[in-house]
Amino acid sequence: MATKAFQKIYTQITQITKATCSLKATGIGNEELAEVNGRLAQVVKIIGDEVTLQIFGGTEGIPTNAEVTFLGKSPTLKVSEQLAGRFFNAYGDPIDGGPPIEGEEREIGGPSVNPVRRKQPSELIATGIAGIDLNNTLVSGQKIPFFADPDQPFNQVMAMVALRAKADKIILGGMGLTNDDYLFYRNVFDNAGALDRIVSFVNTTEDPPVERLLVPDMALTAAEYFAVDKNQSVLVLLTDMTLFADALSIVSNRMDQIPSKDSMPGSLYSDLAKIYEKAVQFPSGGSITIIAVTTLSGGDITHSIPDNTGYITEGQLFLRRDTDISKVIVDPFRSLSRLKQLVIGIKTREDHPQVMNALIRLFADAANAKTKMENGFDLSEYDQRTLTFAKEYSRNLLAIDVNISIDEMLDLGWSLLAKNFKKEEVGIRQVLVDKYWPISN
Amino acid sequence: MSTKGKVKGIIANLVIVEADGPVSQNEICYLETKGTKLMAEIIKVIGANAYVQVFESTRGLKIGDDVGFSGHMLEVVLGPGILSRNYDGLQNDLDKMEGVFLKRGDYTYPLDVDRLWDFTPLAVAGDEVIAGSWLAEVPENGQPHKIMVPFVFEGKYTVKSIIVAGQYSINEQVAIMIDQEGNEYPLTMIQKWPVKKAIKAYREKPRPFKLLETGVRTIDTINPIVEGGTGFIPGPFGTGKTVLQHAISKQAEADIVVIAACGERANEVVEIFTEFPELEDPHTGRKLMERTVIIANTSNMPVASREASVYTAMTISEYYRSMGLKVLMMADSTSRWAQALREMSNRLEELPGQDAFPMDLSAIIANFYSRAGFVFLNNGKTGSVTFIGTVSPAGGNLKEPVTESTKKAARCFYALQQSRADSKRYPAINPIDSYSKYLEYPEFEGYIEKRIGARWIPMVNEAKTILQRGMEVSEQIDILGDDGVPIDYHLKLWKSEIIDFVILQQDAFDKIDMLTPLERQQYMLGKVMEICNRDFIFDNFTEVSGYFKRIINTLRQMNYSDYESEKFIGYENELKDILKEREVA
Repeated sequence: MATKAFQKIYTQITQITKATCSLKATGIGNEELAEVNGRLAQVVKIIGDEVTLQIFGGTEGIPTNAEVTFLGKSPTLKVSEQLAGRFFNAYGDPIDGGPPIEGEEREIGGPSVNPVRRKQPSELIATGIAGIDLNNTLVSGQKIPFFADPDQPFNQVMAMVALRAKADKIILGGMGLTNDDYLFYRNVFDNAGALDRIVSFVNTTEDPPVERLLVPDMALTAAEYFAVDKNQSVLVLLTDMTLFADALSIVSNRMDQIPSKDSMPGSLYSDLAKIYEKAVQFPSGGSITIIAVTTLSGGDITHSIPDNTGYITEGQLFLRRDTDISKVIVDPFRSLSRLKQLVIGIKTREDHPQVMNALIRLFADAANAKTKMENGFDLSEYDQRTLTFAKEYSRNLLAIDVNISIDEMLDLGWSLLAKNFKKEEVGIRQVLVDKYWPISN
Repeated sequence: MSTKGKVKGIIANLVIVEADGPVSQNEICYLETKGTKLMAEIIKVIGANAYVQVFESTRGLKIGDDVGFSGHMLEVVLGPGILSRNYDGLQNDLDKMEGVFLKRGDYTYPLDVDRLWDFTPLAVAGDEVIAGSWLAEVPENGQPHKIMVPFVFEGKYTVKSIIVAGQYSINEQVAIMIDQEGNEYPLTMIQKWPVKKAIKAYREKPRPFKLLETGVRTIDTINPIVEGGTGFIPGPFGTGKTVLQHAISKQAEADIVVIAACGERANEVVEIFTEFPELEDPHTGRKLMERTVIIANTSNMPVASREASVYTAMTISEYYRSMGLKVLMMADSTSRWAQALREMSNRLEELPGQDAFPMDLSAIIANFYSRAGFVFLNNGKTGSVTFIGTVSPAGGNLKEPVTESTKKAARCFYALQQSRADSKRYPAINPIDSYSKYLEYPEFEGYIEKRIGARWIPMVNEAKTILQRGMEVSEQIDILGDDGVPIDYHLKLWKSEIIDFVILQQDAFDKIDMLTPLERQQYMLGKVMEICNRDFIFDNFTEVSGYFKRIINTLRQMNYSDYESEKFIGYENELKDILKEREVA
């Protein structure tokens, strides 16, 4: 950014930590941007004439006589149709070798939508994956993360969901993405011929971690432009939010804040909510849907990051390797889509809710039978049947490589029920059983 | 002249203001930045420095910006027209705000100033009155909204004059009061009250005793809550806290429902906005929205007003209670409010308590819950505020500070259990860990005896015992295996499963099953207990589960059918046949 004329330059830094520096300055606004020896920084605290700046690129090599200029504005992004198909860094500067974007300059991290102006989400997002469409149906305007261990193929699944979701725009916010994963996304989108629908803001593992804090706001400012100004349906992919939260804890630690659980800042819930709550269905037709990734450590969801996330998002999708069929499945027990009630049995066939629940309940019976078997107990005839059912259910419906329509999933569900169980064992309303139970059995 | 000040320091939404005159703790002030006034509350004073929490984003605020102090604490406006409105945490009318996005410093008046109300005086000139005395009545959405002597009035007053019946707007003068020194006080239909103080315009607050019907079987039958009672619902995410709360707020037999959406998902509030104007109040047939007030401070709205939002909701609840109405207040979730306190305490650099929460968290929560209650008003009429809060324990661990503090304050505990939710046994309230202290109240026992008979509480306790046995047996079977225990154990397990599947589990999305009136609950529990008290003889355990599953299936079909309908009776007869198969001579 070029220095404007008549800008005051400060050259006396009084304090430097790993992520922040302080200096004496006056007339500075809270959250205003500054440049410290060319590195972008933001005001995080002002006491009298002492201003504390958080330097996004880190403070390595910053001298006490560094040149500090204040830019008189908080972080912004230039928005226009030109964003489509482009790749940017965390500051919104192009990294694809293309020209800078021309457009309206907007502050990122803008205001929240008035809750009474929101519309209730009601558009189903079909992905073809039965573990999602049948058991955890997604709805536009929803926010939902994948909870996954780092070794699971969440980036692949997310890319697949994004491409099948029929969104007008897909916005990728990559935080601490490895270069390989960044290239993976680029290739997948390119091969699908979808590049012109995609906008990417990427902070890779090579970039300073604190920069990541800007990525979600950048991505969502772009999303709001397309959803509000252009009435488009926008899908935002945020990966990996755990690394975003880690960056938050670094900053709060440097600012001597008292950490709460798991050394996370006490404001973690609000910080995450501000991002996720940008997911919205606007009355004018535009929508922002957020699919995120929160990596877990050893599947532990009681850690502060997944725990707070779970309270904010509208459900979560768990991936798990099912050793019986050697495939990755969407775990039906721990996954949940809170908004599915708005579409299942309404936008989908009437039997959807009950078939879904019956299948999961019987899958749970199978899990119990399996425990019994592992403990060396005899299995009842019913237990045997649940185990047969579980394998077929897992292979034909839960596996992430399934790609069929929801009606096909339901029909398949009924046929699995009829093949393995008696009518009174499935606990489905009689009228539905009478109507959908396959006749051949 | 009111006190003024200048901004001296900014740490996120904590701002230090140097005041030029006297200020008081919790006083409201306004910070002026670029022509916009931002509301804030004093939370600490050191010398001339007032530490204020700003209810909005402080982006762009500068050192030296002007501050004006208001001279009063955070207040709400009370008067006709509160029902069916959607407020933010500071009682701004969200519907009056322009644009899709919330604007900083956009404060809107909570009531409709032009609307005319049908005013009928209840008092006459010469009447002796005190704070909270009913002066007049205006119908508001089918409720008799009382115009009362303002709660801030101390001592005795005489009604000098009161306007004749007719149509008036809220700001018109409707009455004049005289105090004992002869000073006159003109009154309109509205009054103000500071939210952090409890409204105490009542004669006494006895122990509550009347059942508050919610239509949720695992509450009404197993662990009932009472009018004026307190309860809380802790549960890890994904265990159905919100669905349960919505079910209670839709179905509960209350005159007024106040919902504080405190730091939770915006789409959940949107669900209420969308559904409540359409849904019918099962007790009056009017639209649900007509009896509802929503205080929406969702998780992306300013953190500081989260705390205000629960107090605003409680004050509105107390206001309607003073009119002799049954009010139900729900807050989702009180943990977010506690987190807001934590953020602030952290910025104030106070010494932290457990999990970095402020030391006085427990006292703050207890004090808040104590504002609920059943009261006898000064005119002998009764009113109540029933309060149910949800708690979102970090990591699902019930030993965390918010859950523990709340447990000390609330009388009903509805523990949502992850494993029940995982196996889709909704509502996932654990029947054994949960409790209702009201079951031990002799007052409640007396009431319920009159309402549905003396056998009720013993029968409920019997059902709980069977559930407890079932749980123990199930653990033993897990260890010893199906054939490692006597057949009798399987019978015990399956009897408890009947109670679980037929009484505890309830489909919140099924039109019939979602709401079970008390009489129907009584009938079904009777039916289930009759089966549980029967003897059955089986040759081996494999027969047991198959047989009981048929019983459960038939009973569930009954739950899905209209009460006493042909279908219902049909399933009941089917059940009789199933039971006959195994009749022990």
